[in-house]
Amino acid sequence: MSASSTAALPSALSSGVVFTGTPERDALREAAAAFTRREVAPHLDAWEDAGALPRELHRAAAKAGLIGVGFAEEVGGDGGTLVDSLTVTEGIFDGGGSGGLIASLFTHGIALPHIAAAGHTPAGADLVDRFVRPTLAGELIGSLAITEPDGGSDVASIRTTAVRDGDHYVVNGAKTFITSGTRADFVTTAVRTGGSFEPGKGHGGVSLLVVEAGTPGFTVDRKLEKLGWHCSDTAQLSYVDVRVPVANLVGEEGSGFVQIAQQFVVERLGLAVQGYAAAARALALAATYASERQTFGKPLATRQVIRHKLVEMRRQVEVARTYTHAVAARHDAGEQVIAEACLAKETAVKTAEHVCHEAVQIFGGAGYMRGSEVERHYRDVRLLGIGGGANEVLADLSARLLGYAG
Amino acid sequence: MNIVVCVKHVPDATADRKFESDNTVDREGVDGLLSELDEYAVEQALQLREKRSDEEISVTALTVGPAKAADAVRKALQMGADKGVHVSDDAIAGSDYLGTSLVLAKAIEKIGSEQKVDLVVFGMASTDASGGVVPAMVAERLGLPQVTLASVIESQGDQVRIKRDGDTATEVIGATLPIVLSVTDQSGEARYPSFKGIMAAKKKPVESYSLSDLGVEASEVGAEAAYSAVEEATARPPRTAGEIVTDEDGSGATALAEFLASKKFI
Ligand SMILES: Cc1cc2nc3c(=O)[nH]c(=O)nc-3n(C[C@H](O)[C@H](O)[C@H](O)COP(=O)(O)OP(=O)(O)OC[C@H]3O[C@@H](n4cnc5c(N)ncnc54)[C@H](O)[C@@H]3O)c2cc1C
Repeated sequence: MSASSTAALPSALSSGVVFTGTPERDALREAAAAFTRREVAPHLDAWEDAGALPRELHRAAAKAGLIGVGFAEEVGGDGGTLVDSLTVTEGIFDGGGSGGLIASLFTHGIALPHIAAAGHTPAGADLVDRFVRPTLAGELIGSLAITEPDGGSDVASIRTTAVRDGDHYVVNGAKTFITSGTRADFVTTAVRTGGSFEPGKGHGGVSLLVVEAGTPGFTVDRKLEKLGWHCSDTAQLSYVDVRVPVANLVGEEGSGFVQIAQQFVVERLGLAVQGYAAAARALALAATYASERQTFGKPLATRQVIRHKLVEMRRQVEVARTYTHAVAARHDAGEQVIAEACLAKETAVKTAEHVCHEAVQIFGGAGYMRGSEVERHYRDVRLLGIGGGANEVLADLSARLLGYAG
Repeated sequence: MNIVVCVKHVPDATADRKFESDNTVDREGVDGLLSELDEYAVEQALQLREKRSDEEISVTALTVGPAKAADAVRKALQMGADKGVHVSDDAIAGSDYLGTSLVLAKAIEKIGSEQKVDLVVFGMASTDASGGVVPAMVAERLGLPQVTLASVIESQGDQVRIKRDGDTATEVIGATLPIVLSVTDQSGEARYPSFKGIMAAKKKPVESYSLSDLGVEASEVGAEAAYSAVEEATARPPRTAGEIVTDEDGSGATALAEFLASKKFI
C-alpha cells in the first residue's frame, strides 16, 4: 500500500477520533486537511526522498492562511490562540501530513516567537519587519539554534560565544540537529554573551541573536541523515568569527534563557499534538485496513485480539487529545501550565509510540514497508520523546514543579 | 456590482450515501458539504471582486436546501463572500430541476429588489445530481442571457468575455451584464478558507427565506409538482476483484486488448 493511495482513505475525522471543537475550529481543521490532501499528500514521498521541502510549499501554505495562525496580526500573523494553531496541526495529519512535514513547514513556530514577543521596542519592531512578517508570508525560512554538539537538554550550558566589538557581536561556535537549517534564510541563535557554561553559572549569560544566511563565517557544516522526519532537513551549523550587527539582538542582552523558557509550553504542547494526531491518523489507517484485510477467510477486525487493540489505541488517543486541549486552553486563558504541558507531552508521546507500533503490527509486512504511511509515522514519532525537552528531563522538571523532588 | 453565487449543499461523496423511502437522496442523515464544483463559482466571484477592486462589489452566496445546507453558505462566507441567503422550506423537499430553479430565480429576484443583481454565478453541475441544467433554467426564468461552462472569465465595465472549451473547438463568448454565468472546474482552483476568513464569517449576515417570503406556492415545488420522479434507486454493487492479465510469454498485451475489446472499451 503506497502513501499516495492511503492519502485518499477516510480521515481520522470520519473513521475514528472525532476532533470536534467549535464550528470555526472544525472549519479551520478541514481547511488545513484539504490543503494537505491537495498540496502535500501527493508529493510527500518525493519530498521524503529529497530530504527537504520545496520553498514553494511555504508560500502556498502562507497563501492558504495556515502559516500565520497563532501569531498576532500586529506582527503579520492571522491571529488566533494556541488551540487554533494546534487545530491546524490536527488537520494536517488528518489530510495525510506527517511529523516531519509539520517540523519543517512550521519551523517558524520555534524560530519566530521570541522575535515577535520582543517587537514592542523600535529595535524589536525592526526585527519583526525584517524577519517575522516575510516568514509568515512564506517568503523566508527561519530556524532556531539552541542545541550544540556538547548538549541540548542543558540549555544554560551552551558554549557558542558572542563577543561585543563595536556595533557587532563576533560569534564563534557550533550548533547541531537544527531543523530547516540547510534552507534557513536566518537562524535565531542562542549565544553566550556572559556567564559561563559551567553548572549554575550559565543562565544569565544567554542571549538570542538573529544570524542571517550568507554572513561571512556562518556555514552549513553538514546535512544530517535521520531515522525519521525525512522531509525535514536537519543541519549542523558552524560559526567562525561571524560578525552579527548588534541590531540583530532579540530582546535584552542576557535574557535569552528566560525568552527560550517562555516558549517551552507552546513548543511542548505543539509536540503533544503531533503525538496524538499522528496516532489518530495511524489508528484510522489501521482500522480501515483491519476491516478490509482478510486472513483465514475473515476480516482482521472480526478477531477479538485485533479489535481490542483498536479500542486501546482509540482510548489512548482520546485521552491524550482531551488532556492536551485542556492544558492548551488553560495556557490560552493565561494560566501557568509548565508542569501540565510536560505531562501532556509525555501522555501524547506514549500514545504515539504505542499506537504507531500497533498500527504497523496490524498492517503486518505491509506496515514494515517503505511507502506505507504507518511506517513513516512509526519512525517519525520516535523523535517526540527526545526533542523539545526529552522525557527524562521533563519528568524531572515536573517532579520539581509538582513538589515530588524530596 | 452585485454578484449572487448559487451554492449547493451535497452529500459527501466519500461518505456512505443513503436514500429516503421515496428514493430521493437522504440529505439530513449524511455528512454534507459545499459542492466542490460550486467552490469554483465562489472562487470566480471572489476573483472578480478582487480584480475590480476600485468598484464596490458585493458577493452573496445563495442556497436552497434543508437546515444543514446553511453549511454551504457558511463555507462560501469563510472563503470570502460578503453575505448569505438560505432558502429553506419543508415543501421544497423532492423538487426537481424546475422546482429548484423556480425557487432560486425568485430568491435572486428578491435579492435584486434591494440592489439590482448584475451577475449570477453557478458551478457547472452539482456533484450529486450532476444535471447541469439549473443555470440555464434560472437564466430563462429571470429573462437573462446565459453564458455557460466558462473556463476563463474576463470582465470590464458591463462587458464579460469567457472562454468555453468544447471537444472540437474553443469558443470565446462576449456578453453584456446582467447575465447568468456557469464556470467549469478548469477555471482555477478554489481558495481554502483562511483562519481570518473563518473568523470573519461569524459576523457576516445570513438571511433566511421561506417560500412565502418569495411568493412561491407550496404546490409549485416539491415532489408533488415535480415533472420527474426517481422510480428506483439501487446502491452501487460492491467492487469485484477484477481480472488480472498475467504476462509470462509476451502474450499479455494481446490478452489485455482482447479483454478490453470484449468489454467494448476499444
Ligand atoms: C530531528 C531533530 C530535530 C531537532 N531540531 C532542533 C532545532 O531545530 N533546534 C535546536 O536547538 N535543537 C533541535 N534538536 C535538538 C533537541 O532539542 C535535543 O536533541 C534535545 O534537547 C536533547 O538534547 P541532546 O540530544 O543533546 O541529549 P542530551 O541532553 O545529551 O541527553 C541525552 C539523554 O539523557 C537524558 N538526560 C539528560 N539530562 C538528564 C538528567 N539530568 N537526568 C536524567 N536524564 C537526563 C535525556 O533525556 C536524553 O534521553 C533536534 C533534535 C532532533 C533529533
